[in-house]
Amino acid sequence: MILKALLLKALSEAVGVSGDEGSVRAVVIEAVREHVDELKVDALGNVLVFKRGTDEPSASPESGGQRLRVMLDAHMDEIGLMVVGHDSDGFLRVRAVGGIDPRLLPGTLLQVGPERIPGVIGVKPIHLLEEGEGQKVPQLKDLVVDIGAASKDEASKLAPLGTYAAFATQFREIGPTVSGKAFDDRAGCAVLVELLKGDRFGFDLHAAFTVQEEVGLRGARVAAYAIAPDCAFALEGTIADDIPKDKDASPTTALGKGPAITVMDRSFIADRRLVRLLTDTARELKIPYQFKQPGIGGTDAGALHLARQGVPSVTVAVPCRYIHSPVALLSMDDFENTVQLMRQALSRITWRTLRRN
Amino acid sequence: MEVIPLLKQLSEANGIAGYEEPVRELLRQKWQPFVDEMREGKLGSLIALKKGTGADGSAARQVPRPKLMLAAHMDEIGLMVTGVEKGFLRVARVGGTDRRVLLGLEVVVHGRRDLPGIVATRPPHVLPEEERNEVVPWDKLFVDVGLPAEEVEQLVAVGDLISIRREMVELKNRRVAGKAMDDRACVAAVTLALDQLAGVRHAWDVFAVATVQEESGLKGAITAAYGVAPDLAVALDVTFGKHPGVSEVDAFPLGEGPAIGVGPNFHPALVARLKEVAEIHEIPVHIEPIPGHSGTDAWAIQVSREGVPTGLISVPIRYMHQPVETLAAQDVERVGRLLAAFIAGLEADFLDRLAWDTTVEGE
Repeated sequence: MILKALLLKALSEAVGVSGDEGSVRAVVIEAVREHVDELKVDALGNVLVFKRGTDEPSASPESGGQRLRVMLDAHMDEIGLMVVGHDSDGFLRVRAVGGIDPRLLPGTLLQVGPERIPGVIGVKPIHLLEEGEGQKVPQLKDLVVDIGAASKDEASKLAPLGTYAAFATQFREIGPTVSGKAFDDRAGCAVLVELLKGDRFGFDLHAAFTVQEEVGLRGARVAAYAIAPDCAFALEGTIADDIPKDKDASPTTALGKGPAITVMDRSFIADRRLVRLLTDTARELKIPYQFKQPGIGGTDAGALHLARQGVPSVTVAVPCRYIHSPVALLSMDDFENTVQLMRQALSRITWRTLRRN
Repeated sequence: MEVIPLLKQLSEANGIAGYEEPVRELLRQKWQPFVDEMREGKLGSLIALKKGTGADGSAARQVPRPKLMLAAHMDEIGLMVTGVEKGFLRVARVGGTDRRVLLGLEVVVHGRRDLPGIVATRPPHVLPEEERNEVVPWDKLFVDVGLPAEEVEQLVAVGDLISIRREMVELKNRRVAGKAMDDRACVAAVTLALDQLAGVRHAWDVFAVATVQEESGLKGAITAAYGVAPDLAVALDVTFGKHPGVSEVDAFPLGEGPAIGVGPNFHPALVARLKEVAEIHEIPVHIEPIPGHSGTDAWAIQVSREGVPTGLISVPIRYMHQPVETLAAQDVERVGRLLAAFIAGLEADFLDRLAWDTTVEGE
């Protein structure tokens, strides 16, 4: 397995449902510690790192004599479940943490709590379904998690109220692609680690590995306030809906066509200057890129661009099939090109980039 | 023999109905030390003979000896490729595969080489409201092998099989969850029984049969029963385990013993004997009333040739035909013990006791 895939594997297999990102934080800290000047964990659990720039403080009028502060963001958390009750036969009742798709839950394998207790979700067997029942998606409130506990007492000892559960999926290489859980947004985390590993940029680089994106961009909001950047980039793993469909609907993004640049989604409108910087860089260096279909999804950029008096922001993402499912798929070429595009675009960024015409 | 590692090996082996070779070859190795002869039925069932000693206690002299057939099916449900479209595979089911559990599932496509794959799913973010609560129909289900379209065309053809990829996991209380406990749980139980019978004298010839194509219509049981021509048969399969959403009447708790079927598919005197053996050996069992078609190999075996007195022992499993089929290992061990004790105690003239007028007299 190539080195970059190893990092993605470690990040993907770590468990970090929103509010419980500790295991992912440990992988991130281990990976970036040697490559940054400062590292701290804030009140919510965000990992904030700083890598000093090489530029002399600028004389340009908008700089105020400061080096440019650029923020890079990727969220560490993933969607999952939380234990909210215990049945008399030892089953766990659960609710969603983040955007869980109930269509995907029957038949899945979970890891429950810090001990990673194996658990499964099954539904009424196909043989016992009433007429029409097989057409309906079982709802989360009607599902239970089975960890093999034999009584309510045993279940509540093994998985007390508030215990988190995540999908249990191994990372795999499938030809030129890789599969695993939580590529939204461990793909972004891996891109960000790669960017921190390289040479210093001219500007001061502030990176935030954030918590609680999936429950409302909570970590990014406080991270952006603390950093007070001049501009920000959210790094993501985004929707690639490029499977065959009846209607000729947009694939949102497609696998293998390079990093996806967001111009607008449900959470924000991207800063045109940053979009231009990215597309100009890609075109000049012949790095493939695509635009994400406008209007779909939301990212930490939704919080970043509203920090303090406002922050010009953009989202750049690795296209991933089957995000929010137990197993997603991405192309390592797209991953590589996302790192390349970001590195090249960042190396060109100056105060002038942010000047309004 | 340890039951959990055995269940793991058997559940993880592939063997979709009609294509049972991988699991059959595994089983051939497992059974080899315990049986006198082994052959393959014409549809692929594995038929093993452990010779009995007959009425006079000598395997050599009394020919023919009465024949008991044990039948547990080794096939599992799965998918088949029906088309290739833009590098994605269209699929149909083999056996009673439940499409409610397919989205986001890892699979193995048995093309020119085995290709790991994923059942494709559109993220909820892009789905129209009405589709978010709809079970995806077969014509919108695709398998993705993560390769460029041209390469997929080279490697995969219509008719290729697709297995569910799922490692068995151990839950608490010796419960395990895996993809093919239906019916590898009972294949394991038969294996345990053969192990326990090693060196034990029994009057009857025992034909242990791992049948094929049960999931596609009891095909292996029909043909293997004809080939073996047993005097008596016990089929072994799974029944419904209790969990929320399933009626108490349809299901049995895990870990409290196997179920013995009663109803038209089963000979009452054989049922009585199985219950009696369980009681003597302090093996807890449930009675499972089955008013008609048992949906198991027993249904086919009972009407083989001139008719065969048949019984059924079932292991309760939760979430049947889902990749998380869950059972209690102790129930599998109990079926193994029950079978071994039943066989060891089977008198050479047991058939006479099954005569109908005798049963009537006893009432």
